[in-house]
Amino acid sequence: MSKENNPTQKPTLFFVNKEKEALFSKKNRALLSDPMDDNNPITVQVLGICSALAITVQLKPAIVMSISVMAVMAASNVIISLLRNLIPNRIRIIVQLVVVAAMVVLVDQILKAFAYDVYKELSIFIGLIITNCIVMGRLEAFALGNGVWKSFLDGIGNAAGYGFILIIVAFFRELLGSGKLLGYQVIPDAAYAMGYENNGLMLLSPMALITVGIFIWIQRSRNRKLIEKN
Amino acid sequence: METYVNLFVKSIFIENMIFAYFLGMCSYLAVSKTVKTAVGLGAAVIFVLSITVPINFLLDTYLLKPGALAWLGGEYAELDLSFLSFIMFIAVIASMVQLVEMIVEKFAPALYGALGIFLPLIAVNCAILGGSLFMQQKDFGGVGESAVYGFGSGIGWFLAIIAIAAIREKITYSNVPAPLRGLGITFIITGLMAIGFMSFMGIKL
Repeated sequence: MSKENNPTQKPTLFFVNKEKEALFSKKNRALLSDPMDDNNPITVQVLGICSALAITVQLKPAIVMSISVMAVMAASNVIISLLRNLIPNRIRIIVQLVVVAAMVVLVDQILKAFAYDVYKELSIFIGLIITNCIVMGRLEAFALGNGVWKSFLDGIGNAAGYGFILIIVAFFRELLGSGKLLGYQVIPDAAYAMGYENNGLMLLSPMALITVGIFIWIQRSRNRKLIEKN
Repeated sequence: METYVNLFVKSIFIENMIFAYFLGMCSYLAVSKTVKTAVGLGAAVIFVLSITVPINFLLDTYLLKPGALAWLGGEYAELDLSFLSFIMFIAVIASMVQLVEMIVEKFAPALYGALGIFLPLIAVNCAILGGSLFMQQKDFGGVGESAVYGFGSGIGWFLAIIAIAAIREKITYSNVPAPLRGLGITFIITGLMAIGFMSFMGIKL
């Protein structure tokens, strides 16, 4: 029995190597899953509210918007993370704005070419992705200080958390407001014959705020550590 | 004159940035805890909006619109640079904010201290870029109209943030259900205020 050739013993030279993290280690998965609940960009970090409310009358624009935001966030997070050691601190906001604006122009042109009707519906809100606080907020808070792969995951995760709220709000507003989902009628004609009426108020902008308020209420009753002091 | 007054009232009440379009909600929610800071941010927004909207109007009319380059000569008349408008607008806004910041720092240090971090944040306030993008959509007749529109939307935003800040100061004394405290109740109050503002719809001067 010789213990000398123990396979776990490595030559000291390789001990200098830093440990390589797996592509989907626990920490990296948390980057993806945290924004869905505990650290949701809309209900907890209060980022990116503007567009979340205005385009949730119907489900389809909400889905298109979520995908666009995801593309912009992932791409700009990666770019800023690559450039993070080259950007002088004083002008970083302008550099970030230019990178994000370039990405948004791409998304805008692609939507104009391939999904013109949704593009018309979203109107100025595609342009407003540039100033969507969620993009700038994550660039400032994460991509400027972390590696490329992590920033990419963070971008995808936060955009997914944002899209999640968008789709939930749009689901309820379209269902209760016009009785449809994705443009198809869901509530049967029999219900209308019985005297059911669509709630037109759900289509108006104030109800978006109240729906999000109620969603926050539900989330914080389930997860009590998110409750604010007053 | 009548069109100006009409546009002014319309941009303050009927097309209120916050209650009708939800623009600038992020800073609206984050900075509305006390009336004092809300006044500072609101004033800065009015100022920046009434400068950037006319500047971007000029850029749009003489540079970006389809056919806007006709003043350069016949061969440029067919160019359409409107796909560049996002980048141009945001660059104007970012540099104007930087300029305003420097001017305020130099000539009104007290105001600068009070506004603090909010001034640079205005560059990423959706209400500012939104103002310019709406201006592009509305096809105004001249610089005057766009300036009135920018000023009016700024005032609308100012009124909204002061109103919510005053309500939030009072609400600390009431017994709100624990999970709704803070963000949740603010959303619901804003919703109720927006319903109130809907009563201005259809007013025409």
